[in-house]
Amino acid sequence: MMKKLVILFLSLSVLTSPLARGALEIVITEGIDTARPIAVVPFRWNGEGPAPGDISNVVAADLMRSGKFNPIPAAAMPQMPSTSGEVDYAAWAGLGVEAIVVGTVEEYSVDRYTIKFEVIDVLRGQITGGGSQMLREGELVASNDHILDARSSVVTSSQFRQYSHRISDVVYEELTGEPGAFMTRIAYVTVNYNDDKPYQLMVADYDGYGERVLLRSNQPLMSPSWSPDGNKLVYVSFENKTAEIFIQDIYTTRRDKLTSFPGINGNPIFSPDGKRIAMVLSKDGNPELYIMTLANQQLQRVTNNRAIDTEPSWTPDGKSLIFTSERGGRPQLYSVNLQSGSVRRLTFEGEQNLGGTVMPSGDQFVLVNRTRGNYHIAKQDYPSGAMQVLTQTSLDESPSLAPNGSMIIYSTTHNGKQVLALVSVDGRFKARLPAREGEVKSPSWSPYLR
Amino acid sequence: MNLNKFLKGLAIALPIATLAACSSNQQTDSGTGTQDTNQQQQQESGVDVGAADRTMSPEEQRQEKYDELRKEHMIYFAFDESRIASEYAELLAAHADYLVKNPSVDVVIEGHADERGTPEYNIALGERRAKAVTEYLRNLGVNSSQLSTVSYGEEKPLVRASNESAYAKNRRAVLVY
Repeated sequence: MMKKLVILFLSLSVLTSPLARGALEIVITEGIDTARPIAVVPFRWNGEGPAPGDISNVVAADLMRSGKFNPIPAAAMPQMPSTSGEVDYAAWAGLGVEAIVVGTVEEYSVDRYTIKFEVIDVLRGQITGGGSQMLREGELVASNDHILDARSSVVTSSQFRQYSHRISDVVYEELTGEPGAFMTRIAYVTVNYNDDKPYQLMVADYDGYGERVLLRSNQPLMSPSWSPDGNKLVYVSFENKTAEIFIQDIYTTRRDKLTSFPGINGNPIFSPDGKRIAMVLSKDGNPELYIMTLANQQLQRVTNNRAIDTEPSWTPDGKSLIFTSERGGRPQLYSVNLQSGSVRRLTFEGEQNLGGTVMPSGDQFVLVNRTRGNYHIAKQDYPSGAMQVLTQTSLDESPSLAPNGSMIIYSTTHNGKQVLALVSVDGRFKARLPAREGEVKSPSWSPYLR
Repeated sequence: MNLNKFLKGLAIALPIATLAACSSNQQTDSGTGTQDTNQQQQQESGVDVGAADRTMSPEEQRQEKYDELRKEHMIYFAFDESRIASEYAELLAAHADYLVKNPSVDVVIEGHADERGTPEYNIALGERRAKAVTEYLRNLGVNSSQLSTVSYGEEKPLVRASNESAYAKNRRAVLVY
């Protein structure tokens, strides 16, 4: 009961907090009760007037959205320490809180602030009483091994959100051993049929903040995909009443048409080294995979088959593509070795398997599985293994992975509208990201932006 | 049997076509102006004037039917299918006839899919539908240079809803002149 209350309170506080209100809301639908309890104590503002910005709410929301942590609400905190020296370890341990994040904000100069924070292991702190010692060069010194990380930075008020995501990255890595993916963005397409230009290519922080329109069109836009340096998007536009592939610099608005072959010009994906783009062209008869080398615009044909071949995805080593093919009758996933040309079928379960994307680790891939007419996001070991269906939403498609491989963003249908949704790769955490208006689709998660 | 169906269709289509010609003075004005005034005068005079059906040559009849059929631009497909159902044979024959007689006219065949399946796969499926129509028209003698295709996949639904009847309407090829 208590736990339920806490969860309810937490979701309410996240939903109503002004800082959580981006272009895309987040509605967590499953998995918060299996997450690890932690606390992000509101950072102390050592200055005059109102605090220049919120940090702890952004960090708490990040950590909760990772699906791995359940930050307790401020109202449930036994105390409000701002440094490790002030922490009452027993009080926090009594709540079952594993780790706490504390910090301070101080004015450094005009519109520049010093932000200090510490990540503290509550259980270790309780054992040592915060005064652990170790031998160094024959002398007993304080080891403070309960302090997992402690940092200090000077930032401007406009950088508060970004620095908050940086703190989330540090906390996440200390507590999970894997890098966080909070300083990332997503690109997506919105469709609002009431607009004169209904189709918009958007980019926003991964949590929906700082949304920007990169392109508005009266014809469909599809398949945005990031360059590995995070500076460019490659996508398909029908602005000339035919499919064409464009590359756009997201900072300078420079925009170049890459292909305009007869037929399909589709699904462009940058190679891991950023020098080539895999794509689907039907100029030679039916949809086939090609690779274009950007330096000289040379095309290499990868597949040659009478059936549909589409949806290329690079393996992290850049040596193979996985793709969807109808060569076996129904759409299934295959891999092709780019040196030898050898093709291997990867999926066998369900009626259809499509839209495969290899995980950054290279040992698994996510895909869209169709079973009994239902389309769901699933994962499978690469190159072979059992399939695990991760979602129960409807008409799931376009899965895209966070660069640390922890979370999948995908497109689904909710109440008759296309919305984005999140599912953790372990399938435990699920959330929906409804837009304020219109439909949202084709999400693409950026690489690390640092 | 087929002829019977055709005659029935003609019986319905012809009066509608005449009616449409009389009432639609807002769009295609050319040539119908005199007819309108004529009829108005007759109505005002208080007499009813009848007319006999003009006997048309088979070619004229066929042409009239084709003109009527060509008002329809959509061909619908079954789920995951790009095969053209036999019910569209006359519709496509009418378009082919027109294109053969007017070699300077080009047509774009759009292929569309319903929202099920991935957007990229649906682009491929939409193209296959558009190409099935192209191939059909070519077999009826239409020059390839008059025909081009574009697939919009699931991006431009005709009916924006997630149910079977909407899906059936969205799985289509459209001839755009």
